[in-house]
Amino acid sequence: MAPKKLGLKQRYAHMTRGLDWETTYQPMDAVFPYDTFEGIKIKDWSAWEDPFRLTMDAYWKFQAEKERKLYAVLDAFAQNNGQTGVSDGRYVNVVKLFLTGISPEEYQAHRGFAFTGRHLRGAGPRVACQMQSLDELRHIQTQIHTISHYNKYFDGISEFPHMHDRVWYLSVPKSFFDDARTAGPFEFMIAIGFAFEYVLTNLLFVPFMSGAAYNGDMSTVTFGFSAQSDESRHMTLGIEVIKFLLEQHPDNLPIVQKWVDKWFWRGHRVLGLVAMMMDYMLPKKVMSWKEAWEIYFTEAGGSLFQDLARYGLKAPKYADVATADAEHISHQNWAVFYQYTHAAAFHTWMPDKEHLDWLSEKYPNTFDKYYRPRWEMWAEMEKQGKRFYNPSLPQLCQVCQIPMAYTEPGDPTKIAFRCSEVGGETYHFCSDGCKDIFDGEPEKYVQSWLPVHQIFQGACGGATIPDVLNYYRMNVGADNMDYVGSPDEKLWNEWHAGKAREAV
Amino acid sequence: MPVTALAPGYADKIEHRDALKNFHGNMLVYVHWEEHLSFCSAIAFPLPPAMPFGALVDQVIKPAYAAHPDAEKIDWSTVVWMIDGKETKPDLAASLEANGMKHKSLVRFWTPGLGGFKGSAS
Repeated sequence: MAPKKLGLKQRYAHMTRGLDWETTYQPMDAVFPYDTFEGIKIKDWSAWEDPFRLTMDAYWKFQAEKERKLYAVLDAFAQNNGQTGVSDGRYVNVVKLFLTGISPEEYQAHRGFAFTGRHLRGAGPRVACQMQSLDELRHIQTQIHTISHYNKYFDGISEFPHMHDRVWYLSVPKSFFDDARTAGPFEFMIAIGFAFEYVLTNLLFVPFMSGAAYNGDMSTVTFGFSAQSDESRHMTLGIEVIKFLLEQHPDNLPIVQKWVDKWFWRGHRVLGLVAMMMDYMLPKKVMSWKEAWEIYFTEAGGSLFQDLARYGLKAPKYADVATADAEHISHQNWAVFYQYTHAAAFHTWMPDKEHLDWLSEKYPNTFDKYYRPRWEMWAEMEKQGKRFYNPSLPQLCQVCQIPMAYTEPGDPTKIAFRCSEVGGETYHFCSDGCKDIFDGEPEKYVQSWLPVHQIFQGACGGATIPDVLNYYRMNVGADNMDYVGSPDEKLWNEWHAGKAREAV
Repeated sequence: MPVTALAPGYADKIEHRDALKNFHGNMLVYVHWEEHLSFCSAIAFPLPPAMPFGALVDQVIKPAYAAHPDAEKIDWSTVVWMIDGKETKPDLAASLEANGMKHKSLVRFWTPGLGGFKGSAS
């Protein structure tokens, strides 16, 4: 009789649980110094129900298969000059925003999960974190390979790792991950695994990938698909970690609640970049940011937190403020980039009448009253040859590091100003959410590297805007400024003039 | 709430990255023109504390906001000023410091009668 094959669950148990042992030369606390200082109490590490039951050999096999498919599509896209077939040359700025603002955070997530995978003393979560760490490394690789094709033709992409550590708006996603990675391993898991990958991921990945699909960018769609099965694994890990922590000890609840509040708010602020992308940057629009927020946060998040209520966990503090912000955030963000286009590594443009009408329709309560006049005023100024630029540097929020452009809840005509005093120094914030985060751990955020303050301290190449852009390695006149009049636009028009000639 | 840190005494070892001493004799000043959100946020400047408030208005604030069509219509004698949350009538001849400003002070001002493009606060 042939030996009976092990079931998946048994096989998994044999492949993973035996990896673990109690150390004898050194006490366990010295080997795992990071998993207690946050105050999280774990009674039984073996209670971790591994949601994946994926072993390393199976992991390599699945991933290799996905890579083969992805690279076949990328080759075909390149050979067919797929870049000429996207909806409009403006679309490529979405890809630029993704590579400069999101891909480096995949790498940060890789580093963070590698660290967490080393420092949790339970074997189950260690293995899960290790795999997610590898996934994240694969994601940044496939994203770089996909977008490198666009880099042959379009500006603003080539210096993305250099820019990530320096450019003012890239400090927003960078500081988000820096904050998570400098926390303990449990906070990192709640920040990235739960708040970002579980609660908010559909507001990041779905808009970019469906945006790519609507706009003819098959290469980006394909890396999205290739990452998607990984993402669903990450979501499962995110939900598992929160249940595990809440089931282990009642003392964990207030700590976890504080992290959920914090990371929901930080995530919401970072996602403002996606909001702007959806409402202003996609030549063919998928849905408005407000609609996406309703589907993916209000509905999906609502039922998630109902489910978690049995552990005593409440919906994130300020979720209602974030939902009200969904009316405003995309307009306020695109206005920031429009007036600071000289310092951005992607192109901006004035929305045309058809686009403004679409926004009026999608935001009937606010757009015509508050935002449409702003665009119409700037359009008039453009016509008079006085295109509006902001010549000064903006005040930044000490926590999210975004220019303090957000308005008071309930009054879109007033900037929200909040501040705290610590050790005789004043700190400014864009919102109650950011102020709460600061007040919870001021010792951390008084050390923030705020791009505008660093420029004034002389740490960014010099005192003038050209000095700073040089320090950013921004190719002035190509990477920055409006799409209209850019080398990108010239190239795009040449391709399409060529196509029209061939058709005659 | 204290910081949650692994190293004992961590809170005593930190430095405020934006302390006054790091700005080469200047202090940070933030300025915001209310009801003119074409300027997306308050704006930041490193300025000498001894600068007269009048010079802040003429040399810093006026050029920074000149691009707005409302800028040339401002009657500066009617402007309402607020420094760090308190409404005040600054002494134009006195220094920023003498007007109660310090490192990272926020100066907000309202221009009565001017509410942005078509009254939209833009």
